[in-house]
Amino acid sequence: MAVEMRLPVARKLLSESVGRDTKKHLVVPGDTITTDTGFMRGHGTYMGEEKLIASVAGSVERVNKLICVKALKTRYNGEVGDIVVGRITEVQQKRWKVETNSRLDSVLLLSSMNLPGGELRRRSAEDELAMRGFLQEGDLISAEVQAVFSDGAVSLHTRSLKYGKLGQGVLVQVSPSLVKRQKTHFHDLPCGASVILGNNGFIWIYPTPEHKEEDAGGFTANLEPVSLADREVISRLRNCIVSLVTQRMMLYDTSILYCYEASLPHQVLTPATPSLFLIHL
Amino acid sequence: MASVALSEAEKVYIVHGVQEDLRVDGRGCEDYRCVEVETDVVSNTSGSARVKLGIEDPSQTLGGHLPRSEGLLTFSKSHFGHTDILVGVKAEMGTPKLEKANEGYLEFFVDCSANATPEFEGRGGDDLGTEIANTLYRIFNNKSSVDLKSLCISPREHCWILYVDVLLLECGGNLFDTICIAVKAALFNTRIPRVRVLEDEEGSKDIELSDDPYDCIRLSVENVPCIVTLCKIGYRHVVDATLQEEACSLASLLVSVTNTGVVTCMRKVGKGSLDPESIFEMMETGKRVGKVLHASLQSVLHKEESLGPKRPKVGFLG
Repeated sequence: MAVEMRLPVARKLLSESVGRDTKKHLVVPGDTITTDTGFMRGHGTYMGEEKLIASVAGSVERVNKLICVKALKTRYNGEVGDIVVGRITEVQQKRWKVETNSRLDSVLLLSSMNLPGGELRRRSAEDELAMRGFLQEGDLISAEVQAVFSDGAVSLHTRSLKYGKLGQGVLVQVSPSLVKRQKTHFHDLPCGASVILGNNGFIWIYPTPEHKEEDAGGFTANLEPVSLADREVISRLRNCIVSLVTQRMMLYDTSILYCYEASLPHQVLTPATPSLFLIHL
Repeated sequence: MASVALSEAEKVYIVHGVQEDLRVDGRGCEDYRCVEVETDVVSNTSGSARVKLGIEDPSQTLGGHLPRSEGLLTFSKSHFGHTDILVGVKAEMGTPKLEKANEGYLEFFVDCSANATPEFEGRGGDDLGTEIANTLYRIFNNKSSVDLKSLCISPREHCWILYVDVLLLECGGNLFDTICIAVKAALFNTRIPRVRVLEDEEGSKDIELSDDPYDCIRLSVENVPCIVTLCKIGYRHVVDATLQEEACSLASLLVSVTNTGVVTCMRKVGKGSLDPESIFEMMETGKRVGKVLHASLQSVLHKEESLGPKRPKVGFLG
């Protein structure tokens, strides 16, 4: 049994000397971006006293004549084609409300959900009444963004067998800006577990299913006990991800794998003591 | 109490993990998350302490070749479910209670701030606050926890009353343990000014405060107990449950233990039932873990004090 106590340590100011080729122009609210009035102002900026001033804390992005500030700590802003991991909060008449760490609850329409067995048919009234049999409040799903409404709400779909209800595993919630945009967000890591890096900041770590059955997008969760070896891998991955996030590193499969390999010599520690293995990286 | 929604499969995963003594974050069933203690954070109190449970160590920077994100601006805090408690102790003079005329006493007040979770907005946090305050009263309701006779100035007339105010800043599971650690640290840090009672020839008494602001008396917190919360998950029990683990547990046992392993009070919370045998086992675990908890807390408090007034203070902006 271990009870570790320590005195607090002030956060060291992170220096920019990490060898970047292009310096990012970082601003805080109130900073002047430019005094040139020839630019169009985009999101995160406003015009005041003949200058363009930032209204959020983030990095300045410039596309030709458009200047906008991309905020770093923000809720998830959906874009079509993103993979998200969400939690069902409500079951409504023909749709589910899904929590995805965005400003509004996302929507999963009954017609956007694939039926068990992969049938393609018109949804009937019986399907509507049986909605709770598919997904209940509290369930986790992986889905793709189909459309974004004008108010910013996101509409999801699970129209492929790789999306659907998630079974046993561990959810880690991080800031959406730390998940790197990649070709694929479903990774089967060689260490023995799989990970889904949701663009909305929800990271799902789960034991790799033994055979790729069509149950991947199914609704029956496998409730058999997971082996101890798999559990250790999953716990270690969870602690690695937490440590990477504390150090503000981008999350993608290679960074998580590097961190995992560096942590192997040590016991599965809580992320409170990552200092031991971070020096190795 | 703040609660999280979990799917059935997640709950099953947690319960099976506890059975095998490997929790979601790699701890064993009797391990605590890392605790950060800092005293003397609020300047206008007689004593204060801030305790954070579950905080990661941000002081190590990566000297590696992984591309950094643009996140060089520091975020306010990492949101992995940690508990943050602030305790302030104010010593004021008042009249002793009638039935205990030559003792001072302690008054507890717990404020669940809406910072912790939106459920605490308005009057939402009052229920939890009174529950925690009542538990604190019960724990300290014995002769040996705090030497109340040392708080007496003149019997039946003047005594010191210690107002202990607890502020819940963040709720990440395991509230009672953290609050008790913070109260103990704040009482350790409390400095009560030394007073003298002068008697005139006519018999009227005058209270004189010493001129030196550093001339004060300190309380002995050797026997102040700490709470150990044991949550029953499946067939086993865990210490220091996170919010997710608390959602899987139907019953918990709060055991208040002194540094020698003596149990001062015990309370069961939750809507589930507990078998008498498991209560006995949980109590034994509580005693064992409590002794280790006290030893760690004593060593950290003494280490902080040995650094002296020149120690680097982190406070709220660190």
